[in-house]
Amino acid sequence: MIRVQEQDFDIGKELAALTGGNTAIGGLAVFVGLVRDIAGGSDIQAMTLEHYPAMTEKMLAEIEAEARERWPLEASLIIHRYGRLEPGDQIVLVAAASAHRDAAFEACQFLMDWLKTKAPFWKLEETDAGAQWVDARSSDDAAAARWVKQDPDAAE
Amino acid sequence: MKLLYFAWLKTKTGLSEEDVSPPENVATVGELLTWLEGRGPEFADALSDRDAIRVAVNQAFAKNSDPIGPNDEVALFPPVTGG
Repeated sequence: MIRVQEQDFDIGKELAALTGGNTAIGGLAVFVGLVRDIAGGSDIQAMTLEHYPAMTEKMLAEIEAEARERWPLEASLIIHRYGRLEPGDQIVLVAAASAHRDAAFEACQFLMDWLKTKAPFWKLEETDAGAQWVDARSSDDAAAARWVKQDPDAAE
Repeated sequence: MKLLYFAWLKTKTGLSEEDVSPPENVATVGELLTWLEGRGPEFADALSDRDAIRVAVNQAFAKNSDPIGPNDEVALFPPVTGG
């Protein structure tokens, strides 16, 4: 399931709803992203997340579908917020549930890594020096690239 | 053709969306970017670093060689920074 919303989410309620009634689930891996109070040495007062609504939903659905194809998941969830957020606020919730922990851990990390590089969100940080758009990080590209499937016939 | 601008591309062009009718010889994403660059100093500035621009055609990431048509929704934005 995917959701893009302005309002906050309750992690406990979301996870209970996600796994409730499914006793085939043996492991649930969860990642929660929060607004940090410092970036590049500047204090962050707030952050505004802009997105491209029609494309965001489509990309998140594609990313989730890809995870469910790669791992035997019993349940999965991506919630991403947009709008103005303050330090300590929750930005994103990603959860993956499976019979065993390996699939849950890996799928959760995959969902986050691909979301960071493929979902059309942009962060505008408010600092003492003014508002600044956050630059993409090459470390995020590297994290996403490790999940790109290699052609087994390709020469090394 | 509908154009959408996000993040600093919106700030630099001063537009969040617009309808445009490029000439017929503008048939690909790359040709569209080049045509847009010639529309004025704010577009030339916004599009000066092509490596810093991502394009989506009808809500899917597109390459410079991908075709575009009059009924397409084309979005221009910097690399994404969500999560």
